[in-house]
Amino acid sequence: MIYDFLKTFAEGINIPSLIFESFWAVLMFAFLAAFMIIVVLFLVLFERKLLAAFTVRKGPNRVGLNGIFQTIADAIKLLIKEDISAYNTDKILFTLAPLIFFMPVMILFGLMPYTNLLYAVNIPLGVVAVMAVTAFSSLGLILAGWASNNKYSLLGGARAVIQSVSYEIPLVLSILSICVLAGSLNLKEIILAQSGGLFHWYVIPNILGFVIFYISTLAELNRNPFDLPEAENELIGGYNTEYSGMKFAMFFLAEYAQLFILSLLGVLLFCGGFQSPFGIYFGVGFFIQLEQLFWLFAKTFCLIFLAIWIRATLPRIRSDRLSVFCWKYVLPLALLNLLFISIYKFIMGG
Amino acid sequence: MTKTEMLKLNIGPQHPATHGVLRLLVELEGEIIKSCEPIIGYLHRGMEKIAENRSYIQYLPMVDRVDYLSGFFNSFGYCTAIEELLDIEPTQKANYIRIIMMEFNRITSHLMWLGSMLLDLGATSPLFYAFRERESILELFEEYCGQRMMFNAFTFGGVKFDLTKNWLNKAEKLIEKMPKYFDEYEAIITKNPIFMDRTLRIGIIKKEVALDYSITGANARASGIDLDFRINNKKSIYSEFKFNIPIKIEGDCYARYLVRFAEMRESLEIIKQAIEKYKQVKNEPIVNKKFNSVFLKIPNEQTTTYTEAPRGLYMCQVIADGTNKPYRIKHRTGSFSSIQLLQELVVGNTLANLMPIIGSLDFVLPEADR
Repeated sequence: MIYDFLKTFAEGINIPSLIFESFWAVLMFAFLAAFMIIVVLFLVLFERKLLAAFTVRKGPNRVGLNGIFQTIADAIKLLIKEDISAYNTDKILFTLAPLIFFMPVMILFGLMPYTNLLYAVNIPLGVVAVMAVTAFSSLGLILAGWASNNKYSLLGGARAVIQSVSYEIPLVLSILSICVLAGSLNLKEIILAQSGGLFHWYVIPNILGFVIFYISTLAELNRNPFDLPEAENELIGGYNTEYSGMKFAMFFLAEYAQLFILSLLGVLLFCGGFQSPFGIYFGVGFFIQLEQLFWLFAKTFCLIFLAIWIRATLPRIRSDRLSVFCWKYVLPLALLNLLFISIYKFIMGG
Repeated sequence: MTKTEMLKLNIGPQHPATHGVLRLLVELEGEIIKSCEPIIGYLHRGMEKIAENRSYIQYLPMVDRVDYLSGFFNSFGYCTAIEELLDIEPTQKANYIRIIMMEFNRITSHLMWLGSMLLDLGATSPLFYAFRERESILELFEEYCGQRMMFNAFTFGGVKFDLTKNWLNKAEKLIEKMPKYFDEYEAIITKNPIFMDRTLRIGIIKKEVALDYSITGANARASGIDLDFRINNKKSIYSEFKFNIPIKIEGDCYARYLVRFAEMRESLEIIKQAIEKYKQVKNEPIVNKKFNSVFLKIPNEQTTTYTEAPRGLYMCQVIADGTNKPYRIKHRTGSFSSIQLLQELVVGNTLANLMPIIGSLDFVLPEADR
């Protein structure tokens, strides 16, 4: 509606359609990013509350009604903190690293379709773009580890490299198996190919791919049991040991944004994205959009719940086992899965 | 030509995994530890020297602070030493109360170890579960003597407070609930593949090495040394109790975990028996008052007592010189030996393996530094 209105307005004052389209994409992206950051702020609270419930505590319950504004209070506290950097840090890289970590995650928000109308851009090779941008963020961790001039940070950065290089490959392979099933590299087409309810979702034939995808995302996100780069009992804080204030807030926020966006990606690829699990929508018109948004968030939060559950249950994996687990088990399984899915697709008549 | 250099990493004294203020000077090649030098002394309070300037009864509240996690054992060791010097026997009732308190204290200490070891391995939940149960025991302590950690409840010749009926009921209820909680921990920890992977065949202490470093307590029993000063002690007050001493021969972190876990269950058994025996004792004083403890003068003698504390042998040597102050008091604790073992144990392991090793050795720094 707004799009049509603005378009007629732009045509009225003779703005070329290319400029208008790019302007519209930027506007949508800014809107979505701002919206998602708020969602992520509440995601932090969600995690803290859930962890508290798992460990028989109450969790944050002082700021606002039952603690709903706790993260906002934390964010304000971090913003007004003094910007400290340790002795002999590489000033430019030290400042740049959180930005480099933060930026790709924000770009990812612009690449995702949230409902069939709500998206910033819908590029034909969406999956490739998503994979490329995801891989980019580990550069921020390496830079942070290097620039901090701290041995713990350096070790954390080195572990981050090992981890992201190892688990990038099974992640890509599991996404590829979805592309084979859908016959497309466009995220929206992949979602629409899964329409028709629960049994048309790709998680059904590709359950192994989903498990591999989930393990690899946990590793990419540096979450339990793969939280080696920031293992606080070994490396204090890992790559973010020396960071405080605003820069730390960026790392922190980007981490949760990444958790959110990769869970969202999992939903888009494996669980039918914004589609209803019943195959039909109950609303009409504008309400279909809201319903789609609801299903998307419900599924995403289910995946996030799973990640938090895992965090509350498992200890950390051993650092040398991490690579062994990837190269000996996950990667061959991912390759086999790709082969199996290709045969399945061939038999089912692709 | 590129020049390679070892990475010298200074772990501690302020580090989340060193259980206090231990400092480890570690040389790393990649993530492999090439050498490790434990440096202690950041919590040195000069307790043994302070003792020389205090009368015997004045030092009694301080001795609880040797190891803040097992205060009852320290004051038990000190009290029995003074009792031996004075040649008096505590009453039977006092002995039972002491045993009940000490075994509860052993459970709290082991629960603390359990939580912090799992936290070192990156699992956060067991810490909270362990603290929940520890809290209920600490509440019992609080009701008994008004203190949660620094009890100051034992005295020369007995104990200061008697148990009430209400307290006994609460304790019995807790003992009934405890095994269920232990089963819960075991369900999420013992067979967890990641936990087993991180502790099995890691940090093996051979029997000879353990003997060389004079390792005692659960660490020694996990290496196949059958040594428990509750039994291997002539003057033990445990002689009339039936309990097992869990022993493993593997000597790795997992064996130490299993031994400590089994010890908690055995402690519950002992408490159960002690409460039964306590109830049968009729009308006995809780303290054997044959002397004035405030103006206590001990003749020129010396003695040593051996107590099985949660972290190994706690030895208390008291040398008296006829005045109202001790000439010398020496504490020997299990943590000190365990920390010295680190320099041999961690070499060749990865940095990640340092954590289960530190965790499973279960030392606390105030006990080593005193």
